[in-house]
Parts: sequence; structure tokens; C-alpha cells
Amino acid sequence: MNLFGTKRLWRGVHVPENKEQTAHLPIRRLPFPPLLVVPLLQHAGKPAKAIVREGQEVVRGEPIAEADGFMSVPMHAPATGRVERIAPAPSARGELTMAIYIKPYPSASQEVLYGSDQDITQMSPAEVIAAVQATGVVGLGGAAFPTHVKLKPPQGRHIDTVVVNGCECEPYLTTDHRVMVEYPKQVLHGTRVVMRALGVERAVIGVEDNKPDAIAALRKANADRPDITIEAVAAKYPQGAEKMLVKVLLGREIPTGGLPADVGLAVFNVATLAQIGELLPHRHGLIERVVTVTGPAVSKPGNYLIPLGTPLRWVLEQAGCTDQAASIILGGPMMGPAVGSFDIPLTKGVTGVLVMPAKKAETIYPCIHCAACVDVCPLHLDPSHLGLLARKDRYEEMEEIYHLNDCFECACCSYVCPAHIPLVQYFRVAKQMNRERKARA
Amino acid sequence: MSGVTTTIIEVRTSPHLHGPLSVDMIMRNVVYAMLPLAAFSVWQFGLSALVLLATTTAGCVLAEHILCRANGNASTVNDYSAAITGLLLGLTLPPGFPLWMALLGSLVAIAPGKLLFGGLGSNVFNPALVGRAFLQAAFPVAITTYTPTLAKARFAEFVPTTWTMPLMKPPPIADWISQVRVDGFTGATPLVLQKFDHIYTDPWPMFWGQRAGSSGEIPGFLILLCGAYLVFRHMMDWRIPVAMLSGAVAAAAGFHLLDPARYPDPLFMLFTGGLLLGATFMATDPVASPVTPRGMWIYGVLMGVLTILIRNLGGLAEGVMCAILLGNALSPLIDRLTPPRPYGARKPEGAI
Repeated sequence: MNLFGTKRLWRGVHVPENKEQTAHLPIRRLPFPPLLVVPLLQHAGKPAKAIVREGQEVVRGEPIAEADGFMSVPMHAPATGRVERIAPAPSARGELTMAIYIKPYPSASQEVLYGSDQDITQMSPAEVIAAVQATGVVGLGGAAFPTHVKLKPPQGRHIDTVVVNGCECEPYLTTDHRVMVEYPKQVLHGTRVVMRALGVERAVIGVEDNKPDAIAALRKANADRPDITIEAVAAKYPQGAEKMLVKVLLGREIPTGGLPADVGLAVFNVATLAQIGELLPHRHGLIERVVTVTGPAVSKPGNYLIPLGTPLRWVLEQAGCTDQAASIILGGPMMGPAVGSFDIPLTKGVTGVLVMPAKKAETIYPCIHCAACVDVCPLHLDPSHLGLLARKDRYEEMEEIYHLNDCFECACCSYVCPAHIPLVQYFRVAKQMNRERKARA
Repeated sequence: MSGVTTTIIEVRTSPHLHGPLSVDMIMRNVVYAMLPLAAFSVWQFGLSALVLLATTTAGCVLAEHILCRANGNASTVNDYSAAITGLLLGLTLPPGFPLWMALLGSLVAIAPGKLLFGGLGSNVFNPALVGRAFLQAAFPVAITTYTPTLAKARFAEFVPTTWTMPLMKPPPIADWISQVRVDGFTGATPLVLQKFDHIYTDPWPMFWGQRAGSSGEIPGFLILLCGAYLVFRHMMDWRIPVAMLSGAVAAAAGFHLLDPARYPDPLFMLFTGGLLLGATFMATDPVASPVTPRGMWIYGVLMGVLTILIRNLGGLAEGVMCAILLGNALSPLIDRLTPPRPYGARKPEGAI
């Protein structure tokens, strides 16, 4: 093992990976549920506008909602069937959002019939951006930020390198891993699409070194292209955070409150680019995604290709839960929210479904100033003092002196705290209180 | 799968995982790490050391328990921090220290040293050192009355001062020392000998435990070994002891180069007195030390240099206790002056 050759993140934590349960399992399709619920807001930005009416028949892959402006993406029918109704549906965040309910036909095929071929080498960057928006692809790493928006950097910013994020540092999750192993050509094709749209000559794909098969697959598929390099980085949480990855790979620091574009970079998740590489040549839309369904209380863990809008209940019924199941998490265990309902549909930003057993309550001790949180904070903040201020409701001071708003809630501090102080939870509350205070002012 | 529909689900906020350490586990292991020192001390000093350590430990634990209850709060002795304070206090006292004084020291360590500030996590100073500082001020003779190691019949009889009646002055023990001591061992500590009698002691035998001193400060090799255990288990910060010992060595080297006849060499300074014990088990008290990475280095070096300044220029033979208490007092200021530079930000205002 090359201890000093691999690029590594110095802060952060080593969390037990628990990826071995699903890392070797090929991506499998899940059958259509009896009813699909496709929310109009599955991304960061403005909700899409429905272009179908109740009772209408839709074909798998057909657009059913159009983008409402540039900060929005269209939706496509995940299955051939009939639009039952357009009505509010529960979402992972708890609030109701408008959704299109589609009842798939019992004999609906998985084949996508809607679409036509296009050649990106004949397209201008503006046309590529429009074509990417038409696919409905958003950041599939979890943020669900519309991908085409990143292809149009802010005025005065020049992008010189595309960074592709294949780290997947969250424990348990193996969706990006399987995508890289099974669809390396699509990942590389998608990378070339965004390079073309941005007019960039160089791309770096960063993959954690706990996925040697993914690195090998990508390198093999990329044999003829020197402008794309595949780099192994030492596995450590939160390596896959954009800010961490660009620092480790290229030594660049995204300024506080800034974007990767401020340091000449555009960062994309591998699964996002794999979908672009897969969908764009055929003018297809994003209708399904790979989701890792796993956790100690799942009977059949696996990497499932799940139609968007599939209710959580259906997924859990297909994968099976044991008696120990106590909480359901969307995404990884470090940053993913626990859900309060089985009726929420899986959307574009869901990377995983974790079924966890009940957690025993831990005694919360006073802070002993052990500095464990300070030593792991990847942003070099001072969670120790932030936590003490939060206990005293001194939220303004947290923001003004201790850089609260830089925190991206990776939860390393809460993970290591021997006193079991819910640090990152305090910080979320503090940020919310500050936002509300500013809104009132 | 009807199970899915009937299960009641828990909604918690992320993270849903937690690391392996907890406060009580850390504190318990610090106690474990000090037990070999206690055992070595009992082997060297016999029954007196045993009852002294038992008295301070039980005294601190009981004081914490009773005072918590008296305040109408739940007792906090289960976090093991009171046991650490007690054991540490015992290890810093001379083995023949009168027990009633030790008990008083335990009470001072816990009541004004810890609980007055708000208990675990809130104390400004290391409670064991607060207790010891009180004892040093109150009983300057008793706390500098050292007895020889490996005395004859140390498992059969107590040091005469051990069972001094409460509120009484301990009896003089110079005669007793001359009776029991093994040839070549004196009761005076090497620091006292060096400072006041200009007698130099060879450092390496001291490192292996051949000298007089407080009950737990003698076996240098064992202190480092026990500290290494805690560092290895991520229960202690290695930067503070490394910084403190480096600071002390550097300062001692500077003095030694100026006047080798007056100021002893760094190795002697390193292996005498309570420097190793203090740097390993007291300066590292997380509650009273800084949290910022640069702060820890500054704090450690500062205490190391202060120790040598007090030893070489001050009126006392030993300076570790005062250096650490001063460092404790400065640590909030050090934290404030050394905020880490956040990722993507310029140097914070007011930083040094």
C-alpha cells in the first residue's frame, strides 16, 4: 500500500463502511408499483409545470411536466399508463407537494419507446445545455441541483477543469460504485458532454480507493483519452463533499460562500454524468435511478434501479424488512434524513434507503473540551465553541465569529463527540433561527 | 410484508451513527492508565502509599457524591472523573503525607476546584492541582517531606507521618528515615538536592524509577508507557505532552548552555520532579486546555518553558504545578487568539 502516494483528506472521520453487503450486487430492476407518484419538485429550484391532464394516457419516457424557467427541469413518465390525478403528495421533508399520480398498465414494458437520436458532436454548447435540461437530469449525488445550470458558469468565471465525483464516502451506499463498475462508458461519455458544453480540455474523476473495481473499469474504458484522468483518493468521510474533493484532487479551496466556478471548476457526480451519457444521445428523459436499499434491518439488500415516483412502501415490500426495523433513512447514515411516512415517493435526489434498527439512547455528558470535533471538522471550524454558544442561544455570535454558515452539516463532529452532544443538530437549529431572524428584520 | 405497514417508525436527525468513544469510557481508561503508576508507587513506598492513594481517591469520589446530592442533583461519580482527580492528587503527594491533610486536599479539589465552577467540563483549573496547590500553601513542610524509596519493612509499617492526628502537626521523621533507608537512597528529591545542595543526580537511573519524590512521579518509563496507551486509544491528545516536554527541554538547554555549572542539563530536568507526570496526566486534562490545534502547541510549550523558569530562577525547587495552573488560566485566551482558519476563508481577524 502506498501510504504517501494516494491523495488524502486529513480531517474527517473513518466511519465503518458497511458497503460489503451491497458492493458486489449488480444493479437490478424493481417492478413497477401499482401507483407511481411523480412530484413536480424533485430538484433544487422551481417546480416543473404539469403538461398532462387527469385521465390522459402516457408512454414511458414521455414528458409529463415542463421546466418552469432556467432553474427548473422537466419530468418524464416513468411508466406507460394513465394519469390518475394531479394532487398533493407527502414528501421526504414532510410538506405536501404537487405530484402527478400515474397508474402503470399491468403489462407495461420497461422499454423506453419515446425519443429520437441526436449527435452531440454537431451541437453548440448552448444546444448541449438545452439538451441536458431536456433530459431532466439533476445532481444525483443527493443535492438534486439542475445539472444544466452548472454548465453555464456565472459571468466572468472561466472553467478550466471538470471534476467528477465518484467518492461515495457515505457508509452503506454503493449506487455510484455499481454505476462506475457497470456503466463506465456512459460515465465517460457524460463527462465528454459536459466538457464540450463548458469548452474544457481536462477532467479528473476522483474515486475512493475502497472501490478498486470501479477505478479499473473506468481506466479500462478510458484507455484512449488522456484528457480525462482517473485518480484514486484515500477513503475517508466526507471525501465526497465537493469542497473536500477539489482541495484533495487539485489543491484548490472554494472560497467561503462561493462556488466551484470561482476557482475554475465544475463538479459533477458520476451517476449524474452516467445518466447524461446514457440519455442524451437518444433524447431520453430521466425516469429511473439506482438506489441502494440496505441497512441491518433489510432482508434483501441490493442496488435497485427504481422508477422515479415509486412509493417507499413498495420498495421496502420488495426488499423486505426484518422485525428490527425502527427507522428509515433516505440517503446515507451521516447526512440522510429519517422519514416519517412510508407513502413518500422516491425522487431524483435519493441515493439510498437505509433501514436501521432502534438506537439506544445515550447519556449526554457536558462538553469536556477534548477537541475531537475540532480535529475532525473538514472545514476547520470550531464545533466545540459553536456547541457551547448554541447551548446559550447565542446564534448571532456563532454566525459572525465562528463561521456557522460555512458548516455543510457533514456531522463528523456529532459522530466523534464522546459526550454525545448533538452538535450538528444544534447547528441546524442555529442556522434556521438566524434565517428566521433575518427574515423578520 | 405486512410488517412494514404496522411498524412504528422513529424519526431522528442525522447522523444516525456514532463513533466508539464516550466520556465515561475515556475517563475509565484514564483511571486504568494510572493504576500501573499507583501499583509501582505501592511497591516502592509500601503501605503508606497504598492508604494515601486510597484516601484521596475515596475522598474525591465521596466528596463529589455527597456534594451533588446535597445540591439536589444526580450524583456524577459514574463518569469516573472524580476518581481521576483523587488518584492524580494522591500521585502528586509525598508518600508519607498525613492522611487527614490528604482528605482535606480531596475536598478542596472537588468542592472549589470542580463543583463550584459547575462540575465536569466547566472547571477552569485541573481539580487535582487545585487540591495540591491548596495543600502546598497550607502545609509547606508536610508536602516537601519526602521519604526514601524501597525502605526496609515498607510493607510492615507505615511512615510515621501517615497517621498524624487530624489538625495536628506531623512528627519529625529524620531519625526514622536514617533507620529505614537502603544505602544510597535519600529522602531528598534530586531537584532539591540540585537546587539547594548542588548535588547532581544521573538522569537515566531516575528515568527507570530510582529516586525519591512524590508517590506517582517517579517511574518515568511507566508514565510514558501509560500515556502512550491513552494516545493509542485516542483518549488523550499527544500534542500537549509533546509540546510541553519539548518546551521544557528547549528552555533547559538554553539555560544549560548559558551556565552549565548552575543550570542542570535538559535530560536531568526532564526526568526529575513531576514534569513527566504533569505533562502526561495533568496538562492534558481536556477541560482546562485549549481546543484549537495551534493553541495546544502554544499551551504546551508555554507550560514547559514556565516549568524550567520556575525551577531555575524561582524560589521553589519544582515548578510543574504552578506552570500547569498558569497554563490552565491562560487557555481560554489562547483559544481566542488561535482560531483555526476556516476552509476557503482568509485569516480570521484577531488571530496571531
